Amino acid sequence: MSSHAALTHLTLTETAALLQQKVISAAELTSAYLLQIEKKEPVIGAYLSVFAEKALSQANTIDSARLHGDAVSPLSGIPYAAKDNICTAFGTTTCASNMLAAYHSPYSAKVIESLEKQGCILLGKTNLDEFAMGSTTQNSAFQITRNPRNPSCVPGGSSGGSAAAVAADEAVFSLGSDTGGSVRQPAAFCGVVGMKPTYGRVSRYGLVAFASSFDQIGPITKNVSDCALVMDTICGTAAPTNFSRSISHSESLHGLRIGIPTQLMDNRIAPDVRAAVYTAASSLEKLGAVVSEFSLPSLSQSLSSYYIISSAEASSNLSRFDGIRFGSRTNHTRTISELYERSRSEGFGSEVKRRIMLGTFVLSAGFGDDYYKKALTLREKLKNDFANQFNQYDLLLSPTAPTSAYRLDQKWNDPLEMYLGDICTVPMSLAGLPALSLPCGENVNGLPLAIQLTGNHFCETELLRCAAVLESELGCYHTGKEKLYEYI
Amino acid sequence: MNTYEPVIGLEIHVELKTEQKLFCSCSTKFGAVSNTQVCPVCLGLPGVLPVLNPKAVELAVKAGLALNCEISRYSAFDRKNYLYPDLPKGYQISQFYLPLCQNGYLDIEIEGTTKRIGITRIHMEEDAGKLLHDPELGTLVDCNRCGVPLIEIVTEPDFRSAAEASAFLEKLRTLLVHTDVSDCRMNEGSLRCDVNLSVRKIGDSNFGTRTETKNLNSFHSVRRTIEYETSRQIAVLESGGTVYQETLRLDQTRWQTQVMRRKENADDYRYFPDPDLSPLLLDDESIHTIAASMPLLPEQRRAVYMDRYALSEYDANLLTERPDVADFFEKAAALTSYPKAAANLLITEGFRLLNAYTQIPISPEQLAETAEIYGNGSINSTSAKRLFHELWENGGNPKELVDQLGLSLIGDEEALRKQIVDILSGCQSAVEDYKNGKTRAFGAIMGEAMRVTAGRAEPKLLKKLITEALEEL
Repeated sequence: MSSHAALTHLTLTETAALLQQKVISAAELTSAYLLQIEKKEPVIGAYLSVFAEKALSQANTIDSARLHGDAVSPLSGIPYAAKDNICTAFGTTTCASNMLAAYHSPYSAKVIESLEKQGCILLGKTNLDEFAMGSTTQNSAFQITRNPRNPSCVPGGSSGGSAAAVAADEAVFSLGSDTGGSVRQPAAFCGVVGMKPTYGRVSRYGLVAFASSFDQIGPITKNVSDCALVMDTICGTAAPTNFSRSISHSESLHGLRIGIPTQLMDNRIAPDVRAAVYTAASSLEKLGAVVSEFSLPSLSQSLSSYYIISSAEASSNLSRFDGIRFGSRTNHTRTISELYERSRSEGFGSEVKRRIMLGTFVLSAGFGDDYYKKALTLREKLKNDFANQFNQYDLLLSPTAPTSAYRLDQKWNDPLEMYLGDICTVPMSLAGLPALSLPCGENVNGLPLAIQLTGNHFCETELLRCAAVLESELGCYHTGKEKLYEYI
Repeated sequence: MNTYEPVIGLEIHVELKTEQKLFCSCSTKFGAVSNTQVCPVCLGLPGVLPVLNPKAVELAVKAGLALNCEISRYSAFDRKNYLYPDLPKGYQISQFYLPLCQNGYLDIEIEGTTKRIGITRIHMEEDAGKLLHDPELGTLVDCNRCGVPLIEIVTEPDFRSAAEASAFLEKLRTLLVHTDVSDCRMNEGSLRCDVNLSVRKIGDSNFGTRTETKNLNSFHSVRRTIEYETSRQIAVLESGGTVYQETLRLDQTRWQTQVMRRKENADDYRYFPDPDLSPLLLDDESIHTIAASMPLLPEQRRAVYMDRYALSEYDANLLTERPDVADFFEKAAALTSYPKAAANLLITEGFRLLNAYTQIPISPEQLAETAEIYGNGSINSTSAKRLFHELWENGGNPKELVDQLGLSLIGDEEALRKQIVDILSGCQSAVEDYKNGKTRAFGAIMGEAMRVTAGRAEPKLLKKLITEALEEL
């Protein structure tokens, strides 16, 4: 294996240590990643844009600062990728939509600012399902992304580009956005760690809104320690956190109460995925945790509730794409309504149109009470039910997705069938709970399997701590150590 | 015709007097170059989030208190969804389901009686931008006004005439200006009004079908709309026709209403709670703090003026029309033992010199001192007016000016007595008349005396000396 590949295989923790010890420079590291991108992209297609020049010049600046002994933060010089629905003041922010194909944001999202302040180097923007609506990254207006673990499979979605970039060693870590599972499910499909923090934990200023009451930016990393490190940075200064320092891989989980909701373990879940959950459960028990199953009937209505509320919010959030001030505008129109109609018809893809239509319908006079308000009631009920469960359990264990990654040519009879893939992630989104997808071995086809751990509101520390211990116990702890020796 | 009455309700949009916009920190100043007071938030760029301006909430609560409303401890923002080029986000953030203020009223005086007008609700919302039509460039959007904080005041359908609506609007404007809630400058669009109107036979308890005339930008156009719509609807009904539920606009050249759209084409705004803004929670303490910070309302001030300073209701009304004038008067009144004299000078002289956009150039101390000098008889009313003018135009110290301008009264008996001969010889015919028993001629003699003494003679003394001199003749 060439040296650049050895370098890009390292974890964030390992890479940061090498940078700090001046074993490698940020420029070397960045070049290695750019080389890896060049090598992998023709197959994977994780990136929509790559900022090679800017990344290298930023790396050089960091290197000279380090050389001069100026204080440099621990993450300084770490190359990362961001989903292309997170605004950056340079390059484009397309949301993988023709509507924003040439859109330049005049400002950067809060998370981008935070990472930049820490010296992280943005390599590029990653592919997604248009406006984050989808579970395969096939709804991108520009390209598909392939699963690095098996290029004939989807990487999941909507943060498929971000998950693939990390799995293919094309970035040390990446940022995705999770509305109904868009960080966790692609992380599961690509065999990496993905976390959706508590709703409101990470600033979503600068994240192009899909469904405002769900949207949350989350890290995708090679292991749990890396995830904690990124969380330390993106949670911002408003609520100082130190997740990375509070986790340890050799801790006992004695007395930790873990519940498995039976509704997420029924026959809609593939047997190999269920098996992975039980494997994780016995590992947790071995570590001293108490695992038991419980029933949460309101889970069964969460999918419809989610699709009604998220589509309603989306229909309103996407109204601003009207062809007037920014984004694409149709060429030939005479009237204002024609301008709206054509610009939006031409600019949006079919899944986005479907959600806008659905959302507009459920909010319309005469239907709002039947759909939107009912969905809100169900959401409240689910939140309360979860809150009650957290009196008995510290964490919940479930699959992340009903299946492992499926083939690119998988045919769906109708969109509803595809929406079913969200049954395990959507409940946590409705309740605003923090949840993390953790790799848990692979199935007979060599595809990654994963489990989902869910914590109570703002209990990311407990969640990460348990995930880190479990990761070691399962033998899924990603490390580039063996490659590291090769490199040195 | 007289058997019908109009039933009228008003919806009034008032721009709040905040420095910054409702959800971002852009300036709200009127008249800036197009699109210079904008940022990603008020332009509705992808990814932005609103942050509520607490000052706007404070002003909206003030408006609610001034209009005797219940202030909601729990209110919330909703999205009103519609597409229009002046609305950057494709929705307006407003309060639909849970408004900030409800169930208030305002009493108006109409033909000598008091009528109570119900206030249904007051809610907060953001303003939209403005479309500009350029003959060469086509239609352009100016987003400076996007996100400027507004309140919408919705009244009950309690008005029965244009006069009532006018009285209400006048009073509302005075209140909002006084409480510093708004400038209420209609020419700048900071107060706009919609008129909901239907007619019915007097005695009917049911309402007729109403029309809504939108966006009236002067009290005059509100009056004209009410007058026109009332007679139009009556004429329609009298001829056996039907009044349709329509949205209208006022054609200000012909002073007629025109149909914008019919009810069946009405927009469905698909209101729903804005997921970007948490509910607006107010506790009793913060509402009390706001209430305590409010100035006395004009009505309360008037009562004080009539009671404490013995002013007439008319004068008290004049002084409380503008809050800056009322503040000025109160300061001056507190500094003199002759507050009524201060009020008279301000009303008779000051109001002639003051216009809507100027500020009073003299200080309360200057007015107070002038009132004091005049009140204690050191100068007469003519001199007081002259002194007031002088202060207004050129400033100065009132006491020094009295000397410099030679305004002090001639109270020296000897000095005056010397002038009596001149006075009497200057009006001999009047003196003759007086001697012949025409006592009314005394007025003419006094007039001549004032002319000769340039108005500076102490009137009582002068009168005494003239009487004595006439008797000696």
